[in-house]
Amino acid sequence: MSAPTFLPYGDAGVLVEVDDTAAVLRWSDALQAHRPAGVAEIVPAARTLLVVAEPGADLTELRSALGALDVPNSGAVEDAGPDAEVIEIPVHYDGPDLADVAQLTGLSEDEVVAAHTGEPWRVAFGGFAPGFGYLSGGDPRLEVPRRDEPRTRVPAGAVGLAGTSSGVYPRESPGGWQLIGTTDVALWDLDRDPPALLRQGALVQFTVAQSPGAQR
Amino acid sequence: MTVRLRVLATGPLALVQDEGRPGLTGVGVGRSGAADRTAYALANRVVANPPGLAALEVTLGGLEVEVLGGSLTVCLTGAPAPLFVDDVPAGTHAPVTVPEGGHVRVDPPPVGLRSYLAVRGGVDVAPVLGSRSHDVLAALGPAPLAEGDELPVGPTPPEHPAVDQVAPPRYDDDPVVLRAVRGPRDGWVEDPDVLVATTWTATERTNRIGMRLSGGAVQHAEGAGELPSEGVWRGAIQVPPNGEPVVFLADHPVTGGYPVVGVVVDADVDRAAQVRPGQQVRFRWVSGA
Repeated sequence: MSAPTFLPYGDAGVLVEVDDTAAVLRWSDALQAHRPAGVAEIVPAARTLLVVAEPGADLTELRSALGALDVPNSGAVEDAGPDAEVIEIPVHYDGPDLADVAQLTGLSEDEVVAAHTGEPWRVAFGGFAPGFGYLSGGDPRLEVPRRDEPRTRVPAGAVGLAGTSSGVYPRESPGGWQLIGTTDVALWDLDRDPPALLRQGALVQFTVAQSPGAQR
Repeated sequence: MTVRLRVLATGPLALVQDEGRPGLTGVGVGRSGAADRTAYALANRVVANPPGLAALEVTLGGLEVEVLGGSLTVCLTGAPAPLFVDDVPAGTHAPVTVPEGGHVRVDPPPVGLRSYLAVRGGVDVAPVLGSRSHDVLAALGPAPLAEGDELPVGPTPPEHPAVDQVAPPRYDDDPVVLRAVRGPRDGWVEDPDVLVATTWTATERTNRIGMRLSGGAVQHAEGAGELPSEGVWRGAIQVPPNGEPVVFLADHPVTGGYPVVGVVVDADVDRAAQVRPGQQVRFRWVSGA
């Protein structure tokens, strides 16, 4: 693993650039365990963590504290530790892009389903909408591009693939992911505490839903 | 009977705002909160509210409220919108007492974009995820004010207002100059200095998510490819493929995939939130920490 790069982010913080999403999760875990003084917010993403400082914090000190942070050199995306929460999401694999995904990956539709449910994913970071988690890990054969034309309306609960990620739309919105199925599980519910089902760092296990899906 | 405000008119957009929702970026919820944090905090301070109580963010005036259930001390800051109590001009950046049944009217400001009306005790609508801020991107928090709404006012704080008037800010600089630190993705565009060499114009698509600029183009570098999503923050100057920068404001997305070529220094972000559509903006590079 190469050393992280610290990039300037105004006078508000530091953008920490690392090798890959697995390294982001290792950094994220390390920052959870030993949060340097003066850190207001940590925004993990695909290959970076944005570390936002408290107003008036010394960025030079923050940078050296980050540089001195004890981050393991290796560990896969799925290495969530023994205490990691595992969230099961039953999916009806009836998405409109399932056939396209099969064609793009060279797998049969059944093999796509088997691949999607075969290995756990991990919530690498949030964004896009409240409750949306970018899921990393999973079966590498499922890497597919986004759709050329984003849909103007993707229903809540749609399960999609894009790049090396998977994700579930928490609410109806436009979107360009390849849709392979739907889930009846609520990803975002303000009446629940916490409202987000998927929290950064948690493991996600997709399963084939046994009951017939709600009509969509 | 608790004091409350009845909304008689809202103008283009009137929202309840406070300091926002920290610590939720991991579940895709940004900070939000008052777009001009300085003006918001000042309004609270003048009416002797503890920091963090909710106030009204009024975009381009047009707000009219009736005070019910008792008299109420209010203060208007930010864009210097003419303030009237029962049609009589009242001072901004000063505590103003409104009698029970009194009407408070905020006219469109001559300069600036957003005014803040703090009420003593704070606007006490139900918080959502710990905040009374409306986030236009996440569609979270109290709905935009609508005619006929009744907003409860919280209990009177123990401290008393200690000032008669505070200095109003100036919003008549033209063009508005915003200081910014280069990076983190200045290498992803042909020439980041186009940003500081161009006089930009804020477009009509400017809102609480971002100030959208036109008047030139910061071209993406040849073969730069696609940047994986990364965290963004208030003040980030993001350049989409058309080259027209967006300065992210209070309701910015949590992550984004277009290069951020510079970040407006925190002290100037509140000034950016007061730029009106059609107004000119320039950037000046400064060094970081």
